[in-house]
Amino acid sequence: MERTGTVATAGPAPRPGDPDITPELVAEHGLSPDEYARIVELLGRTPTHTELGVFSALWSEHCGYKNSKPLLKTLPTEAPWVLQGPGENAGVIDIGDGFAVAFKIESHNHPSAVEPYQGAATGVGGILRDVFTMGARPIAVLDSLRFGSLARPRVRYLVAGVVKGIGDYGNCVGIPNLGGEIFFDDAYEGNPIVNAMAVGLMRKEELIRGVASGPGNPIIAVGARTGRDGIHGATFASEELSEKSEARRPQVQVGDPFTEKLLLEASLELIRSGHIVGIQDMGAAGLASSSSEMAVRAGTGVDIDVAHMPTREGGMTPYEILLSESQERMLVVARAGHENDVKHILEKWELEAAVIGQVTDDGLYRVRENGVPVCEIPGERLVECPTYVREARESEEVQRLRAWLPADEHFVSARQHPLRVLLRLLSSPDIASRRWVYNQYDSTVRTNTVIGPGGDAGVLRVRGSNKGIAVTTDCNGRYVYLDPYRGAQIAMAEAARNIACVGARPRAITNNLNFGNPLKPEVYFQMREAVRGMGDACRAFETPVVSGNVSLYNESPTGAIYPTPVIGMVGVLEDVRKRVIDALQSPGDRLVLLGRNTDELGASEYLKVVHALVAGTPPAVQLAAEKALQETLIELAEARLLSAAHDCSEGGLAVALAEMCFGQGHEGVAGIDVELVDTIEPAPLLFGEAQGRAVVACTEEGLERVLKVASARGVAATVIGTVTDFAALTPGKGEGPRFRLRTRGATIDTATADLAEVWRTAIPRLMDRALTEH
Amino acid sequence: MRVAIITFPGSNCDYDCYKAVTDVLGGEARFIWHRETELGPCDLVILPGGFSYGDYLRAGAIARFSPILAAVQQFAADGGYVLGVCNGFQVLCEAGMLPGALVRNRSLQFQGERVRVRVENADTAFTRVYHSGQVVRLHIAHGLGAYVADAPTLDRLEADARVVFRYVDERGAASDAGNANGSMRNIAGIINETGNVLGLMPHPERSVEALLGSTDGLGLFESLRRAAEGTVGVAQAVGRPDWEAGV
Repeated sequence: MERTGTVATAGPAPRPGDPDITPELVAEHGLSPDEYARIVELLGRTPTHTELGVFSALWSEHCGYKNSKPLLKTLPTEAPWVLQGPGENAGVIDIGDGFAVAFKIESHNHPSAVEPYQGAATGVGGILRDVFTMGARPIAVLDSLRFGSLARPRVRYLVAGVVKGIGDYGNCVGIPNLGGEIFFDDAYEGNPIVNAMAVGLMRKEELIRGVASGPGNPIIAVGARTGRDGIHGATFASEELSEKSEARRPQVQVGDPFTEKLLLEASLELIRSGHIVGIQDMGAAGLASSSSEMAVRAGTGVDIDVAHMPTREGGMTPYEILLSESQERMLVVARAGHENDVKHILEKWELEAAVIGQVTDDGLYRVRENGVPVCEIPGERLVECPTYVREARESEEVQRLRAWLPADEHFVSARQHPLRVLLRLLSSPDIASRRWVYNQYDSTVRTNTVIGPGGDAGVLRVRGSNKGIAVTTDCNGRYVYLDPYRGAQIAMAEAARNIACVGARPRAITNNLNFGNPLKPEVYFQMREAVRGMGDACRAFETPVVSGNVSLYNESPTGAIYPTPVIGMVGVLEDVRKRVIDALQSPGDRLVLLGRNTDELGASEYLKVVHALVAGTPPAVQLAAEKALQETLIELAEARLLSAAHDCSEGGLAVALAEMCFGQGHEGVAGIDVELVDTIEPAPLLFGEAQGRAVVACTEEGLERVLKVASARGVAATVIGTVTDFAALTPGKGEGPRFRLRTRGATIDTATADLAEVWRTAIPRLMDRALTEH
Repeated sequence: MRVAIITFPGSNCDYDCYKAVTDVLGGEARFIWHRETELGPCDLVILPGGFSYGDYLRAGAIARFSPILAAVQQFAADGGYVLGVCNGFQVLCEAGMLPGALVRNRSLQFQGERVRVRVENADTAFTRVYHSGQVVRLHIAHGLGAYVADAPTLDRLEADARVVFRYVDERGAASDAGNANGSMRNIAGIINETGNVLGLMPHPERSVEALLGSTDGLGLFESLRRAAEGTVGVAQAVGRPDWEAGV
């Protein structure tokens, strides 16, 4: 690219001290020569350094979705209950009785990879702000995490830091953590995934949007002062991690949950006061993106003077002020003449506020420094980030892995040592109890938690109504890696099963698309196919996408992560008292398997743990059958026919049954006697991960009705056994209720307490090892 | 019962206490902002859980200097009932209204879980509807909850029966395994010499509705209601809210 020598005839003059706009500088800003040429064309001149910075942030993948937008457009986003779809701070759905729920998920992968504590903490802070800027009070946080193997000290350091960061932030603000996921695989070794989801509740009429409407209205910066932290965080998030990433540590912002709590209360008070017309988090790309997005949404312009922005340090340039990602800041557009009312509310919460500009009607994104223009960009151009459809090609290695078929040796262990296999699965960090993680989170603050972390889905009651809200996050990256289309469908199916298992109806999703470098055809193929699978499942389940986040370039020197499109799903219980737990507690109850077993073994946890294999085809998923299963579970819960329900997923039927015996909140153990009458080999029957299955428990008297409801919906229902007994206090080794599971050719008969012990202690034992120990 | 709930900027259990008092007990509750200096008429002051002023220094270390605390101290000196839960307990210790201090949990981690607590003294205004030795299930949610004090203070607390709650194991024993956070002598809650100021780390306000898993905390509020209404001394079963009827 030639150095563009054209002197702009209009527009701001370069600021003294600004570097020259060279091809190298453009490249450092993550913009391609073509993109730069387009900027010059849009402006009709060379951009100033400040303008280049603003374009670089807004045209990054993180803000501009340049490689994902054409794919995202194919996802369904509408339903009668959707009040706000994608494009706002968060999506919003109507749950009836005058209430609405706002929710969104967001990634903080790269910051957490270099500074786990602050990276994860600020991820929670950002997503909470996205929810309360819609007018909703945050009522739940969930976290979806992926790391490398816990055998590595560095991974344990990351896990400890991330969990503490999420906990300290959410605990201080006082938002209960309702669940999430954590999985471990070498694929995430150099590039962990840290996705945080927030859910908020509001009265429908309190919904507010991030708009800068009403020319003449003042624009007010609220909250923490602006410092030099996090400059170009959005650009950092849009490149691959490398050895050099450690040097990015100063770009990780530092969180202050106490200020966040003040900001939360003040924002809700502001929204309800009627003094403001729009409000938005200063998140990725800080002031630059928040102010320009608010103007574009309203079809207005803005005129801001950065000299009025409260800063932590002197001498900050307009470039730095616009792109700083200092935390706990909001941008508010007030009604003209109401500035003092706004300030009065903020003073109560000991927050600073400064009028930094006003809304205009010329559509121009104009920034000044002491009155002198430093940036003048037509606003809509700024958010017209170029989008790309990349070359897609499936990796040959994946095709080869998928074609793998089990040989006889892969069946032997389950036939000869089914108990040993079960113990290994229960102690796998992918299956073992996650209590070590969620005990570091406050899950009961706000006194609405009906089902906390550890169940199929978290459940909250809605005060002032009978309703409940169910929340979950799900994605098995190994499935998506081996078959992106099917894997994404399974993520959807599992999320919906989890929601239905507690008795709630799936309503909508938020998604976090974590992928590698989209310029690699193999990665783009994964993205395209996963989005296609997700879209098909969204349509089948009537769960549109209302918000989401894209995180690309999740690569480290060891390669790309497993493609991980995390689904955050929200469901609604009409009567929260009818929620169903996953723990067996009533001796005499009958156990019924809903759905059909298959001989599938591909992509299973069993193959990974017992045979060290990531191979085969992920289990088949039939969307119509999944939907019928969901409807069955909901109907059974509404009729109060179930004493427990649990979805079958990683580890298969044997693990699902075992988990049901481990007591609610880890308290007590149940005994069961189950016989599986089937011709399938023990390995796939016990440990295969066939989709479309759930185990439910009901009384003997209710059994006939349960079978009838399932049959009316075309869902196979098989009585497989009985709950024999329940011990409220955990018995000693080898004592108490027994776990009996028999099938043709394999029998497991052991004290449930011994299984529970292995399952409960696996992760603490791994985490307690010193950080130096391999 | 009229209850004043002190709200610091970082309080986050204030609303939970409010709901426990109003929705479940049918009492009256008001929030008192930390910058105020008067409590107004009330039978009970609650210092709720949370992170008063962020607690970056030491939990409750700044809150003790807040304007409203002088009024709380005067209220207590006049014999009024003061309940400090979690961060409120930390504030009471920092303010010298209760002896000892709360330091980092033995696990060195924040702990959010349901634990077993034994009522050691049911002859207080806060515990009258329980019976001594009763084991109740309450939630804890704290990083700095390990109670410490010097040996003479601990001995005096024990001798005066001022250890009101103790962490216990599954079998009701105050064992090391049952010690949720490493508190000295498994102490979960204590009362002052005059019996009108109680601090505890577990959250009774989170266990007042069966829908949320337990009503074991209700006894504490019910005891206080009776104390406030002068119906002290009638130890009877705690009324359970009937969530089936939509309370």
